[in-house]
Amino acid sequence: MTMKPPAMLELDGVHAVYGKKIRALKGVSLKVFAGEVVALIGNNGAGKTTIMKTVAGLLQPEKGAVKFQGRDLPGMPPDQIMRMGLSLVPEGRRIFPRLSVMENLEMGAYSRREKDLTREYDHVFHLFPVLGKRRSQFGGTLSGGEQQMLAMGRALMAAPKLLMLDEPSMGLAPVVVDKIFEIIELINKEGVTVFLVEQNAKRALRASSRAYVLETGEIVAASDSATLMKDPAVQKAYLGLH
Amino acid sequence: MKKILQWRWTPWVALALAALFPFIAGAIEANYLVRVGGVIGLFMLLGLGLNFTLGYAGLFDLGFIAFYAIGAYTTAIAMRAGVPAPFALVLAVLVTTAFRALLGLTILRLRGDYLAVVTMGFGEIARLTINNLDSLTNGPKGLQLAPWRPLSFLSSDPNVQYYLLILAAVAGGVIASNRLEDSRVGRAWIAIREDEIAARLSGIPVRHYKLLAFTLSAAFAGLAGGLFAQWEQFVTPESFVFWESILVVSIVVLGGMGSIAGVLVGALVLVGFPPLMQWKLSADWINYRYLFFGLILVLVTLFRPQGILPSSRREAELTS
Repeated sequence: MTMKPPAMLELDGVHAVYGKKIRALKGVSLKVFAGEVVALIGNNGAGKTTIMKTVAGLLQPEKGAVKFQGRDLPGMPPDQIMRMGLSLVPEGRRIFPRLSVMENLEMGAYSRREKDLTREYDHVFHLFPVLGKRRSQFGGTLSGGEQQMLAMGRALMAAPKLLMLDEPSMGLAPVVVDKIFEIIELINKEGVTVFLVEQNAKRALRASSRAYVLETGEIVAASDSATLMKDPAVQKAYLGLH
Repeated sequence: MKKILQWRWTPWVALALAALFPFIAGAIEANYLVRVGGVIGLFMLLGLGLNFTLGYAGLFDLGFIAFYAIGAYTTAIAMRAGVPAPFALVLAVLVTTAFRALLGLTILRLRGDYLAVVTMGFGEIARLTINNLDSLTNGPKGLQLAPWRPLSFLSSDPNVQYYLLILAAVAGGVIASNRLEDSRVGRAWIAIREDEIAARLSGIPVRHYKLLAFTLSAAFAGLAGGLFAQWEQFVTPESFVFWESILVVSIVVLGGMGSIAGVLVGALVLVGFPPLMQWKLSADWINYRYLFFGLILVLVTLFRPQGILPSSRREAELTS
């Protein structure tokens, strides 16, 4: 057996608490290796978004380790985490509605020191030609799918090594979801590691090489996606098959 | 109306008219209006300052007048100690900004209502401290300043001199605000106001930028306070009551939060109208100014909730 390289992102026994009482995460451990697409599936309230927020620096874990490229993340502010190469596309997109498409993208590059970002803009407009056509439009006037693309483009402006996506398919028409997942695949082929959270388990399993199943704050299954897709328990709970 | 105001040369015409105004007023023997104009200008400066905190960063501040007071008292104390007037103004800006930064560092973790209450408390503490710190401020008796007559080559009337000096400060303030609004920093402020979480996830150091907006506000207030002290040659704690803080907030909200032109119009209407009425109708009129105030607030809230001259972004925010 060959030795695996160290994980790019590693969570080890992470506990998170909301307020004083609600235990959102009860000892979550997972790994994401460079180059992978890893999916995290689970129902509403399972704690998926909590994991994302904890990694991105919006929440502090109660205990446990979160490491990105060997460095401890807890305690670091989000902008510093981003500078290390980790971007999160948040749930519900959260683009800036009263900033133009260009300005939204400019905000995404805030953590970068370079002045000339022409290449990054070109890259985003290459991936999402529709954004190129709407450069000066306010973000709030875009359709849901375009807003998701803008949110992804904004995250890509920081040139992340690891792109995390929280529910990229939420509230979108199936054709648009297809498009979004095509682009996720493309981004991954360009060398960006992807860690995504989805309620739409079928899509997530199809798009990923490995996946974790989260139930009420605990990882209950972890395997390669093809295996999970055939797992009767997963089929019953998440894929709507009997 | 709006089209005309958006024409590129409108600001320059307005500036030229404002600069000629004291000479016209002198010709028609309405020197009183020049004084009113100067006061309007001071409140324009205060409004432009608060606009950074309230309009750009979206933070409520109900004690802003404290920084006007700090600017005025710094100038007074410095000039009494023999500091030349222009340097006293610079000192006022620096001291005021330093106080503001210190306050910001301690309270900017708070949000919304809590921040409003704490700033209101600070405003009162500042006034009471000035009122009781006799050794430095001479308490309620106030401080007298030696006269400083700037721009004496333009007019021999001190009111006209200060009017023009304040006008220049307002023009400078407008240019500075405009440049900042149109910069990367300005867009980051808008991003923070629109969605703080998304701003943090975009890599914007939100706390730093809030502190920057909060602190910059004070530079304007410090300058306004300094000019006020030099013009009046006298400062007392009475000039810096809670009501004045409310007035500045009203100027920004009424004019259109985050809109430079709005702030100017807000100050013109709210500060200019009551004394104008008093001058034209009768001295009693001043007793009704709160009534007038309430009326304007109600009317604007009903018919133009985005403010008299909102920024295009704000307008989109409130109509969509």
